[in-house]
Amino acid sequence: MDFPTHLRIQNLSVSYGDHLALKDVSLDVPDKKITVIIGPSGCGKTTLLKSLNRLLDSVDGVKIRGNIFVDDEDIYDPRVEVTHIRKKMGLLSQKPQVLPMSVFDNIAYGPKIHGTSDRKKLSRIVERELRAAGLWDEVKDRLHEPASQLSVGQQQRLCLARGLAVEPEIILGDEPTSALDPQSSRIVEQRLIELKSDYTVIVVTHILRQGRRIADYLAFLYLGELVEHGPAEEVFAHPKDPRTRAYLTGEIS
Amino acid sequence: MFLLTAVPGFLVLLMLFGLLQKSRAILALKSFSGLLFGSSWHPLKGEFGFFPFLMGTLWVTLAAMVLAVPISLLTAVYLSEYAPKFIREFTKPVIDLLAGIPSVVYGVWGVLMIVPFVGKVLAPLFGVYSSGYSVLSGGIVLAIMVFPTIIHVALEVFSSVSHELRETSLSLGATKWETVKHVVLRKGLQGIIAAVVLGLSRAFGETMAVLMVVGNVAKIPKSVFDPAYPLPALIANNYGEMMSVPLYDSALMLTALVLLLVVLVFNLGARFVLMKAERRAE
Amino acid sequence: MMTLNKRKTEERIFKLLMLASTVIVTGSLLVIIGTIVVKSLPALRLSMLTQTPKGGYYLGKEGGILNAIIGSLYLASGATLLAVLLSLPIVLYLNLYPKKASALATFTRFSLDVLWGIPSIVYGAFGFIVMMALGLRASLLAGIFIVGLLELPIMARAMDEVIRLIPQALIDASYSLGATKLETALKVIVKQSLPGILTAVLIAFGRGIGDAASVIFTAGFTDSIPTSLLQPAATLPLAIFYQLGSPLPEVQQRAYASAAILTLIILAISLISRVLIKKFTRHTIR
Repeated sequence: MDFPTHLRIQNLSVSYGDHLALKDVSLDVPDKKITVIIGPSGCGKTTLLKSLNRLLDSVDGVKIRGNIFVDDEDIYDPRVEVTHIRKKMGLLSQKPQVLPMSVFDNIAYGPKIHGTSDRKKLSRIVERELRAAGLWDEVKDRLHEPASQLSVGQQQRLCLARGLAVEPEIILGDEPTSALDPQSSRIVEQRLIELKSDYTVIVVTHILRQGRRIADYLAFLYLGELVEHGPAEEVFAHPKDPRTRAYLTGEIS
Repeated sequence: MFLLTAVPGFLVLLMLFGLLQKSRAILALKSFSGLLFGSSWHPLKGEFGFFPFLMGTLWVTLAAMVLAVPISLLTAVYLSEYAPKFIREFTKPVIDLLAGIPSVVYGVWGVLMIVPFVGKVLAPLFGVYSSGYSVLSGGIVLAIMVFPTIIHVALEVFSSVSHELRETSLSLGATKWETVKHVVLRKGLQGIIAAVVLGLSRAFGETMAVLMVVGNVAKIPKSVFDPAYPLPALIANNYGEMMSVPLYDSALMLTALVLLLVVLVFNLGARFVLMKAERRAE
Repeated sequence: MMTLNKRKTEERIFKLLMLASTVIVTGSLLVIIGTIVVKSLPALRLSMLTQTPKGGYYLGKEGGILNAIIGSLYLASGATLLAVLLSLPIVLYLNLYPKKASALATFTRFSLDVLWGIPSIVYGAFGFIVMMALGLRASLLAGIFIVGLLELPIMARAMDEVIRLIPQALIDASYSLGATKLETALKVIVKQSLPGILTAVLIAFGRGIGDAASVIFTAGFTDSIPTSLLQPAATLPLAIFYQLGSPLPEVQQRAYASAAILTLIILAISLISRVLIKKFTRHTIR
């Protein structure tokens, strides 16, 4: 493959108790492109995503085997500082999760935790990220109001801005638009497309059309197995695996 | 069934009415502020100054809360956010059992362990003399009695904070503790305040255990090592004499009325806040 | 400006504090029960359980606290029965009639909340007023009445929490099979939530048998076992209290033994309720 890679998943298997959720997944995620992980619900997409920023650590009874390398560093190495890894990745959840604070404080949360306390610097960061998320004009007069008062679409963009504020390298999206109305969805998709020039983006979705719209690279996950992956155009036009074909034509969902 | 359902409401009203009626006698003769702020309690002479008892209740309740709140909240955070499953499963029944131990038993234990501890160990450490029967003893015993109340409500509050919210904070690179500090506690703040107020309400009205360790001396305490005489103890200790001294029974009923009203306000306030917090989380 | 080390240190400090707090809370239970049991051993004799106080008991002579044990059992049983007769219909009514937001339902739930928070000494004082008004003397009956009222909000709340969980679909299914409200109430709701109801009853019983402040006014005290409802009755909590107040160490030790007996009864109730839940949950629908 010609794309430079940033994130490499090698033989990843995840089980919750007796249930094997991910079976021996290996994937080299291309740098500065949008990789879409697609598949029917329950196939392990969210588990895969959460294993990337080690959010699975806090689940009872989870067993993780295999390796994940970010910049050639194994993120599951016990010597690695987990907060450092997580800082490299920004997560956008399905349902916008605004922290119980003002708009400003939401975005400043990450930088403050990592050591930035200068008020002016924080203000600059807040403005920069709100612009990057396309939200600045709508909230610039409401920075100190509770973030919960924004509309759902605005909240999701806030979460995007917040994630960008810690200067990650990789953006992870877990069905980032499925809770939004069509217009807000379009805005978020647009932002993600614009962001790929600076960040590696990985989006998990079950909406085929979204995959067609934004994917540079596509990975099809079915029942915990990575069935097929490759440049998006190729996979959509010429799927090699019968299961992929069945999914793309809507036979299985 | 219909008629029976009206019983609770009827009962509350009856209680309020009954206590009010009996308090009338003393309220007719003495001004409310005179009763509230008077420091002299000599029923035989017709003097009914409640101030020492109010102060006694305040001191003991405050001592109990100062001890109970941090310990309860820290425990609740630990159980909710850090403890492995088996520790949680083990501690929950323990806390339930603590809640079920009768007041008298707490009192006996207080007399056995806490009173000598305060009198012979703590007080000399501070260079003070104390018989052990003191505000501090009452506070310690009361704090333990209040633990289950605060912990139980706090745990409910914490579990209502969605785990996705915690994940959000963690994925920004925050440590677990930072997540607890800035997200969980913040989101659950209203509920935690309600938990504390419920604990306060419990502490206020608790009678037997406190009575047995607090000394029952009708003077305003000047330090935690001094004895005190809280309002519930006043009622419990003197029901025997109250019929033989004029106005005594009315005074004690007034005490009960005051207790009822204070506890009512605390309890309702806390429940109201909790309801609002629950609705918000939905 | 917090470096990573500082952040981790802060977390470590608080983790320690949290652990210490949890140990204090759980340790308290062990210390309390342990102390009572150990201190009660010298005085724990079979005669404590099987004899009533003979003359001079409080001065150190023979006897036991059978009067208080039986008195408490009579009183708590009667009170719990009264509470069940009130709670169950009320809670069923509140949950069966679909106008769940009706004024009466809201007011009743609100009143139950209020009653729940009222200290037992206030119940006792109120009981005293009622006794005076009705010309009753301190008796088992008065005690049963007041402790029953004391138990009512506790039992009702616990029952309500369980019965509320029953899905409306189940109730509707019963109606659509032609059952009346009463039949539905008894055969479906009660059966489904039986373990929860039993637990509620046991919790309330435990509260009733251990409370002193409410019976101090109303049940009186006596050295004999009551043979009628109108006689005063001794109760374990008061027996403990009075024995403790004696200047004689032998009698004080009996107080500890009595406390151990009361605690044992409460622990037994707790255990039984856990076992019952496990046993009866077999029949419920998940």
